[in-house]
Order: sequence, then structure tokens, then C-alpha cells
Amino acid sequence: MGAYLARRLWQMVPTLAGVIALVFVLFNWVGGDPALILAGKVPDPAQIENIRRQLGIDQPWWVQLWIFVQQVFTFDFGRSWSTNQLVSDVILSRLGPTLTIMVPMLLLETLLAVTLALLVAWVRGSLTDRVVMVVTTVAMSISFLVYIIVFQWLFGYRLAWFPVQGWSEDLWTNLVKFAPLPVLLGVFVSLAPSLRLYRSFFLDEIGHDYVRTARAKGLSERRVMLRHVLRNALIPILTYVGIGLPSLFVGSFLLEMFFSIPGLGREVIDSVNRSDFPVIKAITVYLAVLTMLVNLLVDVLYHYADPRVKLR
Amino acid sequence: MSEPAVIAGAPGGAPSPGLWRIAWRRLLQDRLAVACMLVVVAYCGVMLASAAGLVASDWEREVGVTYAAPAFLISLHDVRDEEAGGAISRRAEFDAVDLSDIDPLAPRYDEWRRQTADVDVESVERSLTLPLGGDQWGRDILRKTVKGSEVSLTVGLAAALIATLIGTLLGALAGYWGGRVNDLLEWLYNVFTSIPYVLLILAFAAVLGRGMLTIILILGLTGWTGVYRLMRAEYLKHREREYVLAARAIGVGHLTRMFGHILPNTSHVVLVQFSLLVVAFIKTEVILSFLGLGVPVEVVSWGTMLAEAQNELVMGKWWQLAVAGAAMAVLVTAISLLTDAMRDALDPKLR
Repeated sequence: MGAYLARRLWQMVPTLAGVIALVFVLFNWVGGDPALILAGKVPDPAQIENIRRQLGIDQPWWVQLWIFVQQVFTFDFGRSWSTNQLVSDVILSRLGPTLTIMVPMLLLETLLAVTLALLVAWVRGSLTDRVVMVVTTVAMSISFLVYIIVFQWLFGYRLAWFPVQGWSEDLWTNLVKFAPLPVLLGVFVSLAPSLRLYRSFFLDEIGHDYVRTARAKGLSERRVMLRHVLRNALIPILTYVGIGLPSLFVGSFLLEMFFSIPGLGREVIDSVNRSDFPVIKAITVYLAVLTMLVNLLVDVLYHYADPRVKLR
Repeated sequence: MSEPAVIAGAPGGAPSPGLWRIAWRRLLQDRLAVACMLVVVAYCGVMLASAAGLVASDWEREVGVTYAAPAFLISLHDVRDEEAGGAISRRAEFDAVDLSDIDPLAPRYDEWRRQTADVDVESVERSLTLPLGGDQWGRDILRKTVKGSEVSLTVGLAAALIATLIGTLLGALAGYWGGRVNDLLEWLYNVFTSIPYVLLILAFAAVLGRGMLTIILILGLTGWTGVYRLMRAEYLKHREREYVLAARAIGVGHLTRMFGHILPNTSHVVLVQFSLLVVAFIKTEVILSFLGLGVPVEVVSWGTMLAEAQNELVMGKWWQLAVAGAAMAVLVTAISLLTDAMRDALDPKLR
């Protein structure tokens, strides 16, 4: 296990180097001269020169790349260009709200989708199954935007079951007051695609010989589904959840925008609109690292979900 | 489906139909697929007509009153408009009191009246209702939606084309050559997939700016990874097949083997991936335009329409939201169902 982890971590080095190179090329080369963005509407040559010196962009590109690499490894991206906050502070303070929304959403969505998919797979081919499939197809074709606009208007404004938007300092208030509507919306929207996918995973398993054998030796349908089919379908489900995990941290940026939740996703959008490059650069690099770590974690979890999987 | 060339040349007997002919025949038997195909063709037709300026070229004309109601709601709104008209005429009577002796501007009224008489004022006929309602400036929502289809379809198709081309090319290189080329491209793939997709798009959007061409580039340059993965696997599988080995034996060059022999045999994968990407990109374009990261404000897209609709809903003007949302939903459903049908029709196992 130790050797496996060490090897996998070592393999991340070239990928991380690639991510750093990609972000560097994007923001230091394609992105144009940040001094022109920072100097404002009426640029003054002396001021531009000064900003360029401060940011180090009057240096040759390899020095700039070295500065960027140092920033990545010291967790010090300097200050935001627009708010002058420390970038590390910005990221840390935005992480909480995003997780407050996304963790309940992930748990609720996975639980519901797995349960419903198992039920639908159980009655496969029936009218219920076909109706569910048609409904999910149509539901998936409607834009996320339309759902948010309509749900926020209906449940927040018209029926006033939930506050239209808002956020507080207190975790508990957030969880019971402000989080429910965005969480329910997120679950509702991601349910259709997950349900379809998980159903196909279950159907794949149901077709296998071991299911027939289990039935033949007289196991109850319930036991076949829960003990055999569910356990075996867990691997692809785990993969799917694992793939989605890193974007958990970007949060659903649309939800955060509409419900004015001060999370990472909204921060990214704001930074893009304000050309606040340090914030976007930092979030991109660290989320890439996180993605790689999560992928490793999922691979390790495979081994526990299915002991036949050998970690090599 | 792998060796149609060999099957077609089978000795003694008519040449058997190729994969595409069989798939096409199977697709035509599927009524749902045909209906979806008609819907997609209709959207493309409307889009082309709009691009050529045949329809909806005057979408910017303010033909109706502000938030003109959809025509099918006419009876309800007629009454309200009459009430509003009544209020204005009562006000006019009240204003008719003679103030000329205390009004300092009174001596100049005649002069102004003469001047204004010289100017031709064309009073625009604004209708109270429009087929599917009007927006804030009284523009026809039907025409706006038609015009918006131009952006959505162009972006979806062009970006999907770029992404599919990049993905196919890189996948072919990695799968066919293996070795160093494969290592390098796998590294590139890992780099692109280690950044969450949303973030990747936004990072590109931050530096590349706005505009339709920019969105096409962004989506095309970030969306190739899925196609690459599948095409690499296909090429890995096919390069050891007998028909490729046979081609090699008679001295066919690498390029011809890659794109003349293997590509036609894997093109069904390309087609399905392409239509999946079209759906994904149409959805993404709507969101980017909504956020103001997509097309400029003066260009109408379904995304900018939804951005306007957000505030209108609170005022009870739901039609722009409904029409733009429905136009997109119908197109996306049609392409998705068509993709499913194509996948089934092209599946060699079902043959």
C-alpha cells in the first residue's frame, strides 16, 4: 500500500507541472498585459511601469515562471487585484459556504439516486420504468437556468417557503434557513442524469450469471438486489461520484450566484468578470491538485468496495 | 462492423450493404428517431433562414407595447389596457386649465409648435399583443427566439466540430503510434482533466474575453478529452486487426491506414460523440451568455433572453422565459433522443 501510494504520488508530478505550465501560458502569455487592466481607464506610463515591476512582468518569462512556481508551493499568491485581500484568505473564507451547500447536496443526491435507480432497475421494462425514463429525458433537456429561475421565484418569492436568498455567519442558521432551497434545487436537477446512469449500472449487473445463480438457489429478490447487485454496481457508482467530487469545491456556481452564497464558485465568476487573475490562478491550480488526490482516494476505495481489485 | 471491406468483397453473392446503409435503414424504421430528425432539420432550416436574413432579420424592431402579451391571452389583457387608457384621458381633461398668464414659457409655445410641425413624426403602430408576447422594449419574442437559435446552433455545432476534430486526431495519434506519442498525449489529457471542467472554461474565458468566436474556441479547446479517450481506445483495438495488417502487408502508408482504413471503421463513435458534444455545448453556451461571459449584449441568444427573463418573472411576465426555455428544451431533447437512436442503429451487436 505504501509503495503504491508513493508511486501514484510520484506520477502526479508531471501532471502538476503541466497544470502549472497551462495556467502560466494562459494568464501570463495569452492573457495580455495585466498592467493595462490594473492601471485603470486612464493609463499613465510611469504607473504602468511601476505595476509591471511590482508584478515582476518586466522580467524574462523563465523568471516569471519561477515566481509562479514559488507562489504555488508557498501558498502565497499575493493579494487580489481588485479587493487587495490576501488570495489565501479569500479562498479559505469562501470554502465554508460552498461546502455547507455541496456536502448535503452530494449525500442527499447519491442516496436518493441509488435508491430510486435500484427500484427502477427492479421493475425494469414495466410502465413505471418507461415513464421514469421519458420524464428524466425531458427533465434533463431543460436548462439548469430555467429550473433555478422558476424554483427561486416559486418557492422563494411566490410561496415564500424559503428565503429568496441570503447567507449568515452561523453554520446552523445557514443549514436550516438558507441552504435548503439551493440544496433541493441541486438535488432535483442532478437526480435525473444520475438516476439514468445508475439504472444502467444495475441493469448491467442484473444480466450477469451470478444473479441467476443467486435466484436459482432460492434467495429472496430483496437479498439478490441489495446484497449482490448493489454491492457489485458500487464500483462504477463510486467512480461517478468520485469524478464529480472535485467540482463540489467549485460548487454549483450558478446556485451560489442566484442565492448570493459567498462561496468559491461565485468568487470565480466575480474574479473572471473583474479580471482578477491571482484568484483564478490559485483556485485553478489547487483544485487540480485536489482532483488528483481525490482520484487516488477513489482508486484506494475501490479496493475496499471490491477486494478483487488489486492496487498495482 | 469492423471489416466491411472484407465482407463486401465476399466471393459469390451480391455485396452486402455497408454499416452506414444498414444503420440508416434501421434509423428510418424508428418512428421516434425520424420525428427527432425532422425537428433537428427544422431547427437547422430556421437557423439558416435566419442567418441568410430571410426571417427574423427585423427582430430588433419594437413592434409591440412594452411586455406585449402573447396573443392567446388577449381577452384577459384587453380589459386591463382599456382601463389604463381611461385613466390617461381623465388626466388630460384635468391638465387643460389655462395657465398662460403665469407660465413663463407661454410666449414661446407657438414658435415651438411651428418648429415641431416641420418635423415628420412617424407614429409607430405598436400592437398590444404579439404571437408569443413581447419583451421590455416591445420586441417580438418569436423573432428573438428564432434569431437566438442562430447563436446557439452555430456555437454548438462549430465548437463540437472543433472538439471532435482535436479529440479524433489526438486519439488516433496516441492509439496508433503508442510509445512516446502516447505518453505525451496521455500527459496532456491528464493535465486537461485534472482541472474541473467548469473552472477550465472560466479560466479560458477570463483571458480570451467575450464574443461568439471566442466561446466556440473555448468550448472546442476544452471539450476534446472525452472524444480523445474513446478514439484512442478504438485505434488501439483496430491497429492490430487483420484488415489493417493486410493493408500494411501490401504497403499502404501510415497516414492512409490511420485515416483511410481505421477512421471509417470507427466513425460511428465519432458521430455519437459529436452529437453528445453538440447538446452539451448548446447548454453551456446558454449559461455562459447568461453570465455575460458569452456573446455580447447586442447579440440575442437564448442565454441573454433567459437573463432578461429572470427579472420579468417577478413582474408576472413569464412568456420570454417559457419560449426561450422551451425552444432550447425541444432542440436538446430531439438531439439527445436522436443520439440514442443512432447509437442503437450503429451498434454492431444488435445487427
